[in-house]
Amino acid sequence: MIEVSTVPEVGSVGVGTNVDRTTYLSQLLSLRSPLTNSLSWLQAVRDRAAAHIPELAIPSTREEEWRFTDLSSLVEIELQAIAGQPSAIAQSDIEPFFLPEAPVRLVFVNGVYVPELSAFAHLPKSVFVGDLAAATAAGLTEPILAHLATQPGAEETFTTLNTASFTNIAVVSVPRNQAVETPIHILFVSTEGQGAAITHPRCLAIVGSNSSVTLIEDYVTTSDNVYFTNSVTEIWLEANAQVNHTRTQRDSQAAFHIGKTAVTQARDARYTGTAINLGAALARHNLEVYQTGEQTETTLNGLSYLQGQQVADTHSLISYTKPHGTSNQVHKCIVDDKAHAVFNGKIFVPQFAQLTDARQLSQNLLLSEKARVDTKPQLEITADNVKCAHGATVSQLENDEIFYLQSRGIDQAQAIKLLTYAFAYEMIERIPIASLQESLLQRIA
Amino acid sequence: MICEGSKVILSVRNLTAEVDDTQILNGLNLEVKAGEIHAIMGPNGSGKSTFSKILAGHPDYTVTGGEISYLGQNLLALEAEERARSGIFLAFQYPIEIPGVSNTDFLRIAYNSKRKHAGLEELDAFDFDDLIQEKLSVVKMNPAFLNRSVNEGFSGGEKKRNEILQMAVLEPRLAILDETDSGLDIDALRIVANGVNQLATPDNAIVLITHYQRLLDYIVPDYVHVMEGGRIVTTGGKELALELEARGYDWIREEETEVAV
Repeated sequence: MIEVSTVPEVGSVGVGTNVDRTTYLSQLLSLRSPLTNSLSWLQAVRDRAAAHIPELAIPSTREEEWRFTDLSSLVEIELQAIAGQPSAIAQSDIEPFFLPEAPVRLVFVNGVYVPELSAFAHLPKSVFVGDLAAATAAGLTEPILAHLATQPGAEETFTTLNTASFTNIAVVSVPRNQAVETPIHILFVSTEGQGAAITHPRCLAIVGSNSSVTLIEDYVTTSDNVYFTNSVTEIWLEANAQVNHTRTQRDSQAAFHIGKTAVTQARDARYTGTAINLGAALARHNLEVYQTGEQTETTLNGLSYLQGQQVADTHSLISYTKPHGTSNQVHKCIVDDKAHAVFNGKIFVPQFAQLTDARQLSQNLLLSEKARVDTKPQLEITADNVKCAHGATVSQLENDEIFYLQSRGIDQAQAIKLLTYAFAYEMIERIPIASLQESLLQRIA
Repeated sequence: MICEGSKVILSVRNLTAEVDDTQILNGLNLEVKAGEIHAIMGPNGSGKSTFSKILAGHPDYTVTGGEISYLGQNLLALEAEERARSGIFLAFQYPIEIPGVSNTDFLRIAYNSKRKHAGLEELDAFDFDDLIQEKLSVVKMNPAFLNRSVNEGFSGGEKKRNEILQMAVLEPRLAILDETDSGLDIDALRIVANGVNQLATPDNAIVLITHYQRLLDYIVPDYVHVMEGGRIVTTGGKELALELEARGYDWIREEETEVAV
């Protein structure tokens, strides 16, 4: 086994809070709303997860997986349940987030599905996009039960909390042999509310054999409130299916966002995920890809752009079990002010996964003296006939680059801005939706 | 073109400079007047590229002595961007790629920062488009390149042509071309050289830094200087380049040693 680390091993880190992390987690569970009657068929799934909560706790920096990301500030916050009905919100507040390229759209406001803001234009009849109530009516209970919370890693603390607490799910179900032309936009909006709300957004996409679909999972806000988004997205690609998935996190700069993306790829399936982190005071993205068949292709693009005292942590895992898989991962962080970015990229290549070709690159740009990046590629390889390459760079903008722009009459501040934009653009251009690219780039320029 | 009594654009006296505590320039002297084309040749490590970067204001190089006067003002007092706005242009040996910033936008930002400095109104995207379409022909550039990101995915030759396009747009008083001919095939070299020749006027001056005499078949210099050990050791006409091509640099070193003895 080869383990590669670019950071020195250190001992445990003090926590500095007296709040009992087990109690706090149980308190979060107690904030969950009941399922509506028509969804009682999911009660057992929720209850099973809830039964594990007392065994779990909010992780501390003493745990390897959370070494650099201190949740003490979350534990200090008194969170509240959200009301069952969406707060009054004008459509005009939400419209700026709509994507003209994506006429199919599910909108959740503060965790509550809003059919009036959702849209289903140009969706092929055989393809299902809707919330749980609609999925129940469409007879999808069986595939949902088969796929919900059944991937490895579902027992992780925050995933368990979501599974025990969700009240609705954005469901996408594509049958076999169906290329879905229209991108599907799943929009989670957090709005101004009283107190700090906790929501548990959840998406489930099941993409049949030989089918393809483009998904945009989008977390946005109209407020600058403190709130906690605890999201889980599960994506299943059957044989030879293709998914292009964009995940953008544009939460409030005061918010907490802990999100899970779990992807299972059957043989010949191709998954491209582009995750953009711009918001939240503290953001954690757990990105897990599991291979169940040969010759899968996985492309992971990541960008965190952090300012002020933001913290963003991406922990990714690509887990191979079969031969001939390929993966190409590029994760970039731009860190300004006193912000802190964390990247941990695991790739497991066991004996059975011969002829795997895995590439991983972590590129980090520090824009201030006080900015911090912790990056750790973690390749565990027991197969002996594989290609695995990884690299990590942490740099400031090169004098030569800034000088090139200055030598064209552009002042230093604008030169730094343009070059930072260029660094981010290389990731954002991989999003297949031009209007989304544009609004994200506006945040950076 | 050497014209009696034309204006001095650049005057470098006794320039010494270092980078990372290593002395690179050792008392360099050079005078460039309007209308002239100067070629600076010399072996690797003689300080040619350093000199070009110092003229343009690269922050990594420290001038430790001597002076540079540009159009009568002290050049060393100006930041790199101020030098550019007052008409100094450096064509880079290795131009930087800027993903996501289109060539047109980049050129417009550069052009407008110069106009602003001169107290002129900035051009909007439409007016600038007219201007740049006209400049494209200087380096026979396909208009499609304007919408591509600056230098991203450009071949070596395309990058060099793009440098000359920038020069055409910015209309410098003093253009320094740092090995603009390196790595070019003969067709690309002709296009680049032809572009530079079109941009040479009686009012501006061009300093070519080159490794190869070949460039000087296409851009005919008024003066050829040889740099060695951080200063100019020999100056001649265009025939000096041919002699260097035939005999290498060693004979200059020997002559210099003899003089010193």
